[in-house]
Amino acid sequence: MSVIVRLPSQLRALVGGVSEVPVEAATVRQAIVAVDERFPGIAGRVLDDRGSLRRFVNVFVADEDVRFLDGLDTALREGQTVSLVPAVAGG
Amino acid sequence: MSFATGLRCRECGATYPDDARYSCDECFGPLEVTYDLAAARGSVTRASIESGPRSIWRYHDLLPDAGGDPVDLGAGWTPLRRADRLAARLGVRELWLKDDTRNPTGSFKDRVVATALSSARQLGFTTAACASTGNLATSVAAHAAAIGWPSVTIIPHDLERAKVAMSSIFGGTVLAVEGNYDDVNRLCVELVDEHPDWAFVNINLRPYYAEGSKTLAFEIVEQLGWRLPAQVVVPVASGSQFTKVAKGFEQLRALDLVTGPAPRMFAAQAAGCSPVAAAFARGDEVVIPQRPATIARSLAIGNPADGPYVLDELRRGGGDAGAVSDAAILDGIAELAETEGIFAETAGGVTVATLHQLIERGTLDPAASIVAIISGHGLKTLDAIADRAGVFATVPPSLAAAEAALAGDRLVVTR
Repeated sequence: MSVIVRLPSQLRALVGGVSEVPVEAATVRQAIVAVDERFPGIAGRVLDDRGSLRRFVNVFVADEDVRFLDGLDTALREGQTVSLVPAVAGG
Repeated sequence: MSFATGLRCRECGATYPDDARYSCDECFGPLEVTYDLAAARGSVTRASIESGPRSIWRYHDLLPDAGGDPVDLGAGWTPLRRADRLAARLGVRELWLKDDTRNPTGSFKDRVVATALSSARQLGFTTAACASTGNLATSVAAHAAAIGWPSVTIIPHDLERAKVAMSSIFGGTVLAVEGNYDDVNRLCVELVDEHPDWAFVNINLRPYYAEGSKTLAFEIVEQLGWRLPAQVVVPVASGSQFTKVAKGFEQLRALDLVTGPAPRMFAAQAAGCSPVAAAFARGDEVVIPQRPATIARSLAIGNPADGPYVLDELRRGGGDAGAVSDAAILDGIAELAETEGIFAETAGGVTVATLHQLIERGTLDPAASIVAIISGHGLKTLDAIADRAGVFATVPPSLAAAEAALAGDRLVVTR
């Protein structure tokens, strides 16, 4: 599956300044690993030592929080965008 | 002068200068403002504070640097009122209400906007922005207008009419998003990356914004005659206010401006959006996001970023968290109004209903002092009480008709 991973400004320095990285992946976890293979260091910033999503990172697939889906195992469809967004809230 | 020194990550401890950033480059953890309390000792005294202005800026030494030119619509120094009539209803000995309905735009948000925009001005920003459930948008728009800045405030599309009106009247741009607050928040985090010259007060200025809530703790202690309350009940949305109120008490204790044990902190949430209360009840460290469904729109954040820190504080101090129904919230609004003459928005109803719930549960000690924070004005959420508020009867202008109606014979009842 060809998908787009969208990165926040905090991670763009690791990927040469771009905001989006196209990768081949079937799940969210595979997408993160695929970005990390091209740009080492990304996975360590997004995932903790046990491979879980860090608690201050939110991931959205087609604008839906993956915590409401299957988390890192959420399946991806062709052309979808995976957005990594820092968790920050207060209204 | 401000004794602020920079920023530090709450998760991993990485430090940064005091610039416009909101999350740790290493781990995405939230950043908070650090202070040189050793230097502040002796310089910041009860007398120095008491000689300051009757606003949050009397505590400028313990707030982010405003460069001697704070943005000031008069936020803070709101009344702390002894509430004996409500206390009698609840069966508690000593109850105080921190009446933050009395801020310039009618909610505690004026405190955090004042500190955020003061820092924003120091950092060279010229446009104010925010993601909001309504109260923040109003406050940002008002403060921006007062300093001649444009503002962009972004809200869910289905907010209370009063909050939309109050936010738009100041002339800024109000953008409604077809989604809930969590959708708005995510969108704004992405917008920050595209508009780095906009000061989103609760995103890229968040460390400075959050500090404003400490002034609630400072004022409570000073208004109690430099005494710490035993227990404090705080409504929780993102959890920022709750954690910063705790930090405020801690700073005053560290400076020996007050002595005694830290207050036990209690969180108040609506059952229809209670991710923090649910995690606390489960004994969990992880806050599972919820899809909000409650009339308490100002607390309707289903994915609260500071939730884990609220849980830490609840466990540290032996506190508890309430989760109350919409019906109990409306009862709470009415009871507060009828017993104390304070008209609160739905978040205030959450606080009052939580007082009932935690006293019945036995976690809130009725024999020890309690301070409850009433965070916003009732005129903001008139829609919520529309079914409960209205005239008793409508009569023609005749004495007989008036007397008949007042004797209990309802004529045309309008609601």
